Amino acid sequence: MKLAKILGAAILASVTSVGIAAAQEVKVGIAAEPYPPFASLDSSGEWSGWEVDIIKAVCEAAEMDCVITPVAWDGIIPSLTGQQIDAIMASMSITEERMKTIDFSDPYYNTPAVIVADKSMEIEPTAESLSGKILGVQAATTHQAYAQKHFADSAAEIRVYQTQDEANQDLVSGRIDATQADSIAMSDFVNSDGGACCEIKGNVANDEAILGKGVGVGLRKGDDELREKFNAGIAKILEDGTHAEITSRYFDTSIYAD
Amino acid sequence: MSGLRAMMRPHRLFLMALFAGFVIWCALSLRWDWVPKYAPLALEGLWVTILLLISTSVLGFLLAVPLGLAQAVGPWYLSAPARAFCTIIRGTPLLLQIWLLYYGLGSLFPQFPWIRSSELWPYLRQAWPYAVLALTLSYAGYEGEVMRGAFSGVNKGQLEAGRAFGMPRFTIFRRIWLPQAIRNVLPTLGGETILQLKATPLVATITVMEIYAVSSRVRAETFIVYEPLLLLALAYLLIAGLITLLFRRWENRGSANPELPRTRREKNLPLEG
Amino acid sequence: MVLLIDLSGLSDALELLSLSPPGWGSNLLRGLVHSLQIAFGAFGMGLVIGLFGAYGKLYGGPITRDLLAIYTTVIRAVPELVLILILYYVGTDLINKASQAMGYGRVEISGVIAGIWVLGIVQGAYATEVLRGAIKAVPPGQIEAARAFGMPTLTLMRRVTIPAMMGFATPGLANLWLIATKDTALLAIVGFNELTLETRQAASSTRAYFTFFLAAGALYLIVTLGSGVVFGRIEKWARRGQPSLRGGGR
Repeated sequence: MKLAKILGAAILASVTSVGIAAAQEVKVGIAAEPYPPFASLDSSGEWSGWEVDIIKAVCEAAEMDCVITPVAWDGIIPSLTGQQIDAIMASMSITEERMKTIDFSDPYYNTPAVIVADKSMEIEPTAESLSGKILGVQAATTHQAYAQKHFADSAAEIRVYQTQDEANQDLVSGRIDATQADSIAMSDFVNSDGGACCEIKGNVANDEAILGKGVGVGLRKGDDELREKFNAGIAKILEDGTHAEITSRYFDTSIYAD
Repeated sequence: MSGLRAMMRPHRLFLMALFAGFVIWCALSLRWDWVPKYAPLALEGLWVTILLLISTSVLGFLLAVPLGLAQAVGPWYLSAPARAFCTIIRGTPLLLQIWLLYYGLGSLFPQFPWIRSSELWPYLRQAWPYAVLALTLSYAGYEGEVMRGAFSGVNKGQLEAGRAFGMPRFTIFRRIWLPQAIRNVLPTLGGETILQLKATPLVATITVMEIYAVSSRVRAETFIVYEPLLLLALAYLLIAGLITLLFRRWENRGSANPELPRTRREKNLPLEG
Repeated sequence: MVLLIDLSGLSDALELLSLSPPGWGSNLLRGLVHSLQIAFGAFGMGLVIGLFGAYGKLYGGPITRDLLAIYTTVIRAVPELVLILILYYVGTDLINKASQAMGYGRVEISGVIAGIWVLGIVQGAYATEVLRGAIKAVPPGQIEAARAFGMPTLTLMRRVTIPAMMGFATPGLANLWLIATKDTALLAIVGFNELTLETRQAASSTRAYFTFFLAAGALYLIVTLGSGVVFGRIEKWARRGQPSLRGGGR
């Protein structure tokens, strides 16, 4: 039974090739689903975008050896606690709910949440205006939590997508009336060819308990050493202008506010 | 009774004690405080799953009959497309089929503005019609292949006998061919339906709120990973067990009928002899 | 109608699918390679588990048999998607905890290995049933004869049981291989870079959902049809010298 032997050897080899990670290597988890302009995959298989540049800059400033590791967004916190990754830099807002499970670094950007809808539609970012409408949000985001708290009673339906891209796609196709998401990601979308149908209808009223205090690096509870490193890295790139320089490459305005 | 005695064998008692210990450990050391809050949603999701399972299995089976028939005896212009359909469905992942139907078709809508003003638009906006369509086609593809074998497997002599009696072709099909073919596939139907059950969670990726989607939501909102998944696995186990029981009953009833004439004939045998 | 759109957009589609950037063809092919790696590894691991499982179910003690019955029943009743999530999170978590308890620090588990591990356990349950059926189909006289000659158990397994059952097992195993290739698509949901996820990324980056999903479907179909031919050959080889199962009387 040569076949069985070869197969057995192959499996044994693949199992034993499971190595021990180098001690200094920090695996930074990003969402495996594209989230332009923060992180998107180009056709050569490379990740790029504002957040990817920031990851590289922070890691360089903090003298860390970082490896970008794409993980499914809705499983990104379990992946962190399960030690498949060491840090999350995937536009994750610092919220009280998440703080019960993981720690966060200082914020590295902060943007409001907006409602986007078809240009011809008269919608305002309020519960009354959304009554009877179908609202799409991405799963496991602050937007989902916000919509479920503030809009669930008035909206006809809150539809939950695995990625924001799919919600956008259904907005274009007309299956949903509006979507709630991050303002920067949405302005990128409505300025693209695919999003020409739609426009930003305004910011939703702030609810800091749900929307959080800006976006930070997600870390395992008690991983203080790594948190200090990330904080130092973030402080350094804010101070020496790297953050502003990267931002200016992508956006017209600053997206960092205290 | 023998089943009960088999359960009371010492090693089984030991295994059951271990299992009970596991359940108690789960109940005590895992977090279940989220259950009351999400229970109504979970029941709704369970209902959606069962509804999807039943409707797509029935519709899929209805579609599988002509597919199987076309492949078994149809002329080439019917059998070739039927065979191609079954090959494509069986040869590609269901997840991809679901996404192609939902997002692929959805991406074509903006090019045809009249779709949005058509009567069908309220349905096309929903996710469930796509879920039902994708799951139905999938079931039909797999079962169509099985039905092909079932139709070919029916004893040709019986069909000839029907023809000799001057039965119209459709009556032969309805009274002889179809019932026998269905009896042939009955033992596989239970397994196919469990496979269909296992396919239903895939439609959660196109926003249908079935039981798997509910567990994902619990996971996303509470960051509790294992407990919702364990409960979900238990729910699927129970449904699968129920399907097995139902089909076993149905099969026993179905197989009781062909036995009947034979036993009667055997009883009559001495009288005739 | 769909065909018309595709024809008018054919040149666009070809450009999107071309192998060098800005085409996404090479991404899809890379995803396909990952899918095949995982499928191959999982199938192999499933075979090994299945062989032990089948022997355990046929010749094992009462506890082994009961445990195997629980394993195959649970795996075959719970959706693969749920199993993948449980095995993926629990498995990597447990391995890391064990490794840290032994003082090794964190273990690096690549996506391909984790995928093989997760799908292999699922495949093992099906393979157990397929191989058990195949072993039972081997005429018991052959095995008894070998025993009467005083053949040791392992030699018996290697020289008699496995070669004799291969013919019976091949159709079921071919089916399992197809399930393995299609199940790799489910790993997209936990974020593995296999064909379906690469397709999804390409589709959402370019908004050409239709083109990319069709292209990926074609790739899967090529794999399926290709494997069908290969397994047909294997079955012919495995059943050499045995009467054909189908069409004997025709």
